[in-house]
Amino acid sequence: MLHRSHIYGVMGEFETPEQLIHAVEKVREAGYRRLDAYAPFPVEGLSEALGLKRNLVPFITLLGGLAGGLGGFGFQYWAMAITYPMNIGGRPLNSWPAFIPVTFELTVLGAALSAVFGMLALNKLPQPHHPVFNVHRFTHASSDRFFVCIEARDPKFHLADTARFLQSLHAHHVSEVSDD
Amino acid sequence: MSAGQPPIDSPEIRRLTPVIGPGYTYGSVTDKISAIVLTRPTSLGWFIGFSIAFSLMGLMTVAIGWLIIKGVGIWGINIPIGWGFAIVNFVWWIGIGHAGTLISAILFLLNQKWRTSINRFAEAMTLFAVACAGIFPLIHTGRPWMAFYMFPYPSTMGLWPQFRSPLIWDVFAVSTYGTVSLLFWFVGLIPDLATLRDRSVQKPMKIIYGMLSMGWRGSARHWHRYQSAYLLLAGLATPLVLSVHTVVSFDFAIAIVPGWHTTIFPPYFVAGAIYSGFAMVLTIAIPLRKAYGLEDFITMRHLDNMAKVMLATGLIVAYGYFFEFFMSLYSGNKFDVFLVQQRLHGPYAPYYYALILCNILTPQLLWSYKMRHNVAILFIMSIVVNIGMWLERFVIVVISLTRDFVPSAWGRYSPTFWDWATFIGTMGMFVTLIFLFVRVLPAISIAEMRELVAETSEDDK
Repeated sequence: MLHRSHIYGVMGEFETPEQLIHAVEKVREAGYRRLDAYAPFPVEGLSEALGLKRNLVPFITLLGGLAGGLGGFGFQYWAMAITYPMNIGGRPLNSWPAFIPVTFELTVLGAALSAVFGMLALNKLPQPHHPVFNVHRFTHASSDRFFVCIEARDPKFHLADTARFLQSLHAHHVSEVSDD
Repeated sequence: MSAGQPPIDSPEIRRLTPVIGPGYTYGSVTDKISAIVLTRPTSLGWFIGFSIAFSLMGLMTVAIGWLIIKGVGIWGINIPIGWGFAIVNFVWWIGIGHAGTLISAILFLLNQKWRTSINRFAEAMTLFAVACAGIFPLIHTGRPWMAFYMFPYPSTMGLWPQFRSPLIWDVFAVSTYGTVSLLFWFVGLIPDLATLRDRSVQKPMKIIYGMLSMGWRGSARHWHRYQSAYLLLAGLATPLVLSVHTVVSFDFAIAIVPGWHTTIFPPYFVAGAIYSGFAMVLTIAIPLRKAYGLEDFITMRHLDNMAKVMLATGLIVAYGYFFEFFMSLYSGNKFDVFLVQQRLHGPYAPYYYALILCNILTPQLLWSYKMRHNVAILFIMSIVVNIGMWLERFVIVVISLTRDFVPSAWGRYSPTFWDWATFIGTMGMFVTLIFLFVRVLPAISIAEMRELVAETSEDDK
C-alpha cells in the first residue's frame, strides 16, 4: 500500500449517468467537498449534483467581444479619420456606417477567441498528464464508463474508509489513484 | 410519444424515423465510429479516390505555379471582365461552406437532434470549402505574395487599408469565418480526440491524439465550462455565417453595375449559400454513409431533412430571381431592363436557362416523399444544385460585366484551360482534404452520439 502522500484520491466506476449522479449526490451528502466526476459526454444534472456555480466563460467572452468591437471600430476611426485622412468629395471622415462590417466581424472574432481560449485556460488545459490517468480502467472514461474521484486533499479523506464508502454506493470498481 | 400509438405504416411513424438506429449503447457508438479511424484497414477504394483527388490537386498546384510565373494573363479575364472564374469560384466555394455552420450552430441552437451525426463532417466541409475559396481572391490579386497589404499592419509607408471598401470587409469576413469555423470544429473534436487517444494501440498515434486532445479527461468541471463555450460559439457563429455571404454580396451590391446594384442581394446570397451548402453536404454524406456502413447514424431521416432544407432555400432563391427580374423591369431603369433582356436573349442566355433548370425546376421534385427517399435521385439532385449555384454566380459576374453602360465597353468572356485547371484543381484539393479527414479524424461526433444515446434511451422509458 502506498504512502498516503502519494495518493491522489480514490476513484469509483459507474455504469450509467444516473448511477453517477446518484453517487455524486451521496458523496456530497456524506460531507466530501474535494471531488470530481468524469464522464464521456456532458451529463445533464451533473453540474448541479456537484454544486458547480455559474462559470466565467460567458463573462470572458463578453469582454473579448467588447474588446474586439470597440478596438475594431476605434482602430478604423483612427486609421481613416486621424492618421491617414482622405478627403473624398468632401464626405465625412468618420463614415461610421462603412465601418460596421469590420467592427461586427472583429466583435465576433474577439468573442470566439476568448470563449475558446478562456475555456481552455479555466480548465487548465493543455495538461497532458493528470493523476487520474494512472488508473488503468480510466480509458473507459472517454467511451462508456462514468467515474467519481474523491481527492486525498479532502479533510474527510481516509483511504480505507473512503474506498469502503464508494463501494457501498454500488461502484462497479473502486481503485486508488496514485499521484505520480 | 406517449399518447395513442399510431399504426406502424402511418405517415406519423414514417415522419419519426429515428435519428439513430436501434440498440446502440455508449460503447457501441464509440466502437463503431472510432473503428473507422483506428482499426479498419484502409480500403482500396479509399486509395483510388484519394489518388484521383490528389492528382487533381496536383493540377491546381501546376496551374497556380504557372499563374505566378506568367501572371493573370493566362486566364480568360480582360477589361471589361476583370473578375471571371476567380470570383465565380470564390463565391461558389464560400457559399458551400455555409451549410456546415448552419448545421453546427443554428441547428444546435434550435435543439435539432438530427444535426448530431452530420455536424462534424459538415464543419470539416466548411473549413475545406473556405480554404478553397480563399485561394481565389488571393491569386486573383495577381501578386499573391503582396496579399498582406490587405491587412492593417504598420507599414513604413504609413498606409492603411481602405476600410470603406467591401473588398476589405470581405478580407475580415472570410478570415473571421475561417478562424471561428476552425475553433468551433476543434472544440467539438477535443473529447473525440481524447477517445482516440485512449483507444489507439500504437504509441505514435497515442502521442499525436494525446497532444491534440490536450489532456482532456472528461472532468465534470471541464464539461461545465466546455458546454458554455460551445453554446456561446454556436451563438456567435450564427450571426457570423449570415454576415459572411452578406458581405460577399456587398462586393457586388455596393457597385453600381446593372444587375448587381440591388438590395435583395444579401438575403438571396445567404439563402443561395445554404442551398448549395446543403447540396454539398448531401453529395458527401451519401457516399460516406455507404462506404463506411453508417446508415444507422446518417439515417433516411437526415437525408430527408436535408432535402427539405434544400427545397426551402431553393424556393427562397427562386423568389430572389423573380424579384431581381421584377425590380429591374419595374424600376424602368433602361440599363437594368437591358440586362434582363441580355439574360434572356444575350450571348450567355443558355447559362441563364440552365441555371433556372438546375436551381428552380429540378428541385421541385423534392416535394415528393418518394424522391426524397431515393438515395440515388438525391445524390444526382445535389450535384445538379451544385452546378446550378455555380451557374448563378457565373451569370451574375459575367453577364453584368460584359454588358454594362456603354456599348463601347462591352465585351465577351470565355475561360481558358488554366481557368478550368485551377477550378477543377480546387475540387481536387477539397476532396483530398475530405479523404484525409475521414481517415484520421472521427467523421461523426462520438461524444454527441453518446449524448444522443442517453437522450433516446430516456425517451424510451
